[in-house]
Amino acid sequence: MPFVAATRSVGRAGLFTLSVLSASRPSVDLFREFVREIYKIGARSLPIIAVGGAFVGLSVTLLGYRALDTYGASNQVSAMLGLGLYRELGPVLTALLFIGRAGSSIAAELGLMRATDQITALGLMAINPVGKVVAPRFWAAVLCVPLLTGFFCSLAISASYFEAVHVIGIDSGIFWQVLKDSVDFVDDFGMALVKSAVFGAVAALVASYVGFHAEPTIEGTSVATTKAVVNASLLVLMFNFVMSALLFR
Amino acid sequence: MTEADPIVRLTDLRLDRGGRAVLRDINLAVPRGQVVAVLGPSGSGKSTLLAALTGELEPAAGSVEVLGQPVPRNPRALLELRKGIGVLLQGNGLLTDLTASENVALPLRAHTRLPKVLIDRLVMMKLNAVGLRAAADAFPRELSGGMARRVALARALALDPPLMVYDEPLTGLDPIASGVVMDLVRRLNDSLGLTSIVVTHHVHETLPVADHAIVIANGGIVFSGTPQALQASTDPLVRQFLDGQPDGPIPFDAAPRTAEAA
Repeated sequence: MPFVAATRSVGRAGLFTLSVLSASRPSVDLFREFVREIYKIGARSLPIIAVGGAFVGLSVTLLGYRALDTYGASNQVSAMLGLGLYRELGPVLTALLFIGRAGSSIAAELGLMRATDQITALGLMAINPVGKVVAPRFWAAVLCVPLLTGFFCSLAISASYFEAVHVIGIDSGIFWQVLKDSVDFVDDFGMALVKSAVFGAVAALVASYVGFHAEPTIEGTSVATTKAVVNASLLVLMFNFVMSALLFR
Repeated sequence: MTEADPIVRLTDLRLDRGGRAVLRDINLAVPRGQVVAVLGPSGSGKSTLLAALTGELEPAAGSVEVLGQPVPRNPRALLELRKGIGVLLQGNGLLTDLTASENVALPLRAHTRLPKVLIDRLVMMKLNAVGLRAAADAFPRELSGGMARRVALARALALDPPLMVYDEPLTGLDPIASGVVMDLVRRLNDSLGLTSIVVTHHVHETLPVADHAIVIANGGIVFSGTPQALQASTDPLVRQFLDGQPDGPIPFDAAPRTAEAA
């Protein structure tokens, strides 16, 4: 009965999401954990996002220059980069890197907490474990992924500028002017942030759900980590298509 | 073992795990102020009984009353009841990213509006009670098994619960640490006016500090009485457990635990 099992899983995940939202009452404790998680899953993801962004910027610039130069439009390389980056590559690749770096650690951490009775102990102390360990991670991801996307895009554009201007020889003024003319602050940059916030929520919810419900064994933790990365990545790609179809004309 | 106002009352209780009856026809009343040892071989259902006391497991039949009220099914009411029950888990359950003092402060921060200075003082008092004032800033990974168990004990006592439940408190401890923990159980029970239920298979370390002993085997209570009466028992089932005999009425080969079973 795979359909019944799948429906049950979706229902459970929905209830889990509701429990995360209902357990997110503002408190000093939640804020303290929230700040700590911003450091753990946000700040510590910066190096991988920086490197990823720089290489994506370099690759897209090289690819764009070769394609556009055929038509004598190599000056438009920053337009191609800007639109591709803000509409698709920035939010999606940041989310995928975030899932690999932070989503897996969320699932592993919660799985180990389950295996070492920490989650049980919280419940027995009359402390809602979802509010204590899941809610701060969820909200930190919702805040951090858009910020990381902004950082990813900045690094990609900086790397692209270096390559286009100093290696290929495109005029610096044209690079910036074309980029400025083609990318709209609200429609492109704003929507990239909205998409990123949704991807952050999806990544954190999937990772938390599989980690929180992991079988309390070493194998259970490793299965949860794999599931977190695979399921969250696929969901991000699906959500990206749906959102792109709805948001961008 | 009866009393007008017991702190725990189990009536005709049946507990199932994975569709299998683990315990049946359990009747028990735990009087206030006593240390009660719940003994039994591994897999006999001791931890299942504990899960029913804390509301983690719903009875298949019968009733569980704790602190004068039936264990509620409503999650909010259950959390409220749990504030009155201190539980020391077999695996300690200390949050590994918090120090010993932060772990002990956890329930105080969650359930009281006391100022930080007062919480800090209470935490040091609790750690002092278990002899670990000096380890306040240590992380769980920096503590020995016995020390971590005592930090978990201090945390379980943080809200001054009237009922303490210990799940296998001596597992993994050396004889000296075992003696320290059991001495603490007795001393804290008397000095703080608690009632303690110690779920364990460590007979010889537990009986000296217990007021009452219960033996669980073969799905039910096979003995209930004083530790002295237990030691003097000639029941073959009890004797097999106490003397550690491989052959007897308690089968050594039990059914495997399911994913749900504790």
